[in-house]
Amino acid sequence: MALANVLQSESVDFSNYGRKCRGFSSSLYETELGLESVGGDNLSFAVRTACSDGDGPERKIQFLHGTTTLAFKFQHGVIVAVDSRATAGAYIASQTVKKVIEINPYLLGTMAGGAADCSFWERLLARQCRVYELRNKERISVAAASKLLANMVYQYKGMGLSMGTMVCGWDKTGPGLYYVDSEGNRVCGDLFAVGSGSMYAYGIVDSGLKQKDLTVEEACDLGCRAIYQATYRDAYSGGQVNLYHVHSEGWNRVSQSDVLMLHQQYQAEKA
Amino acid sequence: MAARYDRAITVFSPDGHLFQVEYAQEAVKKGSTAVGIRGKDIVVLGVEKKSVAKLQEERTVRKICTLDDHVCMAFAGLTADARIVINRARVECQSHRLTVEDPVTVEYITRHIATLKQRYTQSNGRRPFGISALIVGFDCDGTPRLYQTDPSGTYHAWKANAIGRSAKTVREFLEKNYTDEAIATDNESIKLAIKALLEVVQSGGKNIELAVIRRNQPLKLLESKEIETLVTEIEKEKEDEAEKKKQKKST
Repeated sequence: MALANVLQSESVDFSNYGRKCRGFSSSLYETELGLESVGGDNLSFAVRTACSDGDGPERKIQFLHGTTTLAFKFQHGVIVAVDSRATAGAYIASQTVKKVIEINPYLLGTMAGGAADCSFWERLLARQCRVYELRNKERISVAAASKLLANMVYQYKGMGLSMGTMVCGWDKTGPGLYYVDSEGNRVCGDLFAVGSGSMYAYGIVDSGLKQKDLTVEEACDLGCRAIYQATYRDAYSGGQVNLYHVHSEGWNRVSQSDVLMLHQQYQAEKA
Repeated sequence: MAARYDRAITVFSPDGHLFQVEYAQEAVKKGSTAVGIRGKDIVVLGVEKKSVAKLQEERTVRKICTLDDHVCMAFAGLTADARIVINRARVECQSHRLTVEDPVTVEYITRHIATLKQRYTQSNGRRPFGISALIVGFDCDGTPRLYQTDPSGTYHAWKANAIGRSAKTVREFLEKNYTDEAIATDNESIKLAIKALLEVVQSGGKNIELAVIRRNQPLKLLESKEIETLVTEIEKEKEDEAEKKKQKKST
């Protein structure tokens, strides 16, 4: 997935002040936040830190992590759609990566950034959620689960973790969707797309979500379409589209569609 | 025999007692009485006010404290120990709000306090907390709760309970008088608490402090005037009851 040695940290991390700019660092999902990101906050990482030796090394090209994952809320729950391509530079390492992590029967986490980081921390989160359930005799809320994850990774902030995940679930307050990353961001929202193909996905979902009440089928279709379009234009996304639907009883895996099949299907529909 | 096994908290006696914990429970029995009642839409805490010295400001002696907007507690035993426990509980209530983004349930905070107390029965160099606490409040879903903890670190849910001096007398009174009619309305629940305390408190309404929590409302301390009114009501009811009995006997 990630081109680790072509990334550079551009985060507004005030603890960076005075520290040397590191070559390999944390994720850049900061720019990919959903429509709900509060404008004017430090959530936009286009701001550069006052790096003392900033003029020294050449500014390296920033590659966003090669993936497209998206999730959005609608009246019947949350749709989660991801691609399945892993790249190492220009080499496609795998076309069948599972980028949705099943934390527990009613919570899902997506994977973007470092695969090891994502799957490890989300499995740890699964353990914490289970302990919470046993201690308190009720399911953990999505807000609390995402908070636990955010707090866990915050302790490793600046140490090179790379993770941009969306925690999706359904709790007693309804559908829940949070974006959590290794920079310490944790944002609640109705729609998020993360990764190099996220811009293309946003385009599709934004236009598709205009009509207020989507049926489950329409929403699944929209999610699928958005990932497909992203894989069409983004070289670092591809493989299959894995689609999940989270509803009041938990999540279920709706479909796994190969992008090439989808391409033929959509072409046929156009004709 | 006990002398050998009661020095250190971490030593069991041959017949399975932790003497320090039991002595802590004795300390609780010396404290002033506190009673808690769980009604349908209200929870009531009543404490016996110790008479205050002439020059002492009354307000600094508060035996009923809020832990959060929807939970509060009363204690019996060592006031200084209670202060520590209350502080820790208050911090935990806020930490819970921070990490889980939800207010604590009464059971959660009770469990936390009980775990804290238990920890002090199992570490070297520390003695148990000499307090029992009555923790009342409403959960998010609106259910009223009453829990009691003791120095050993156990906790139980109760419909009504009393701790401190003469707790046994009060509890027996409550066992006889806690009925569904007795807690049918808020006012009745408050009166039940006062009646229970009047069993053991010397000089009536002046030495009673009462607090109530209603669903979705913060803790409210009743003013002495209100308590006086209720006490007179109760006494009148008692007189009426006595009159009726006399009439029955005479007819």
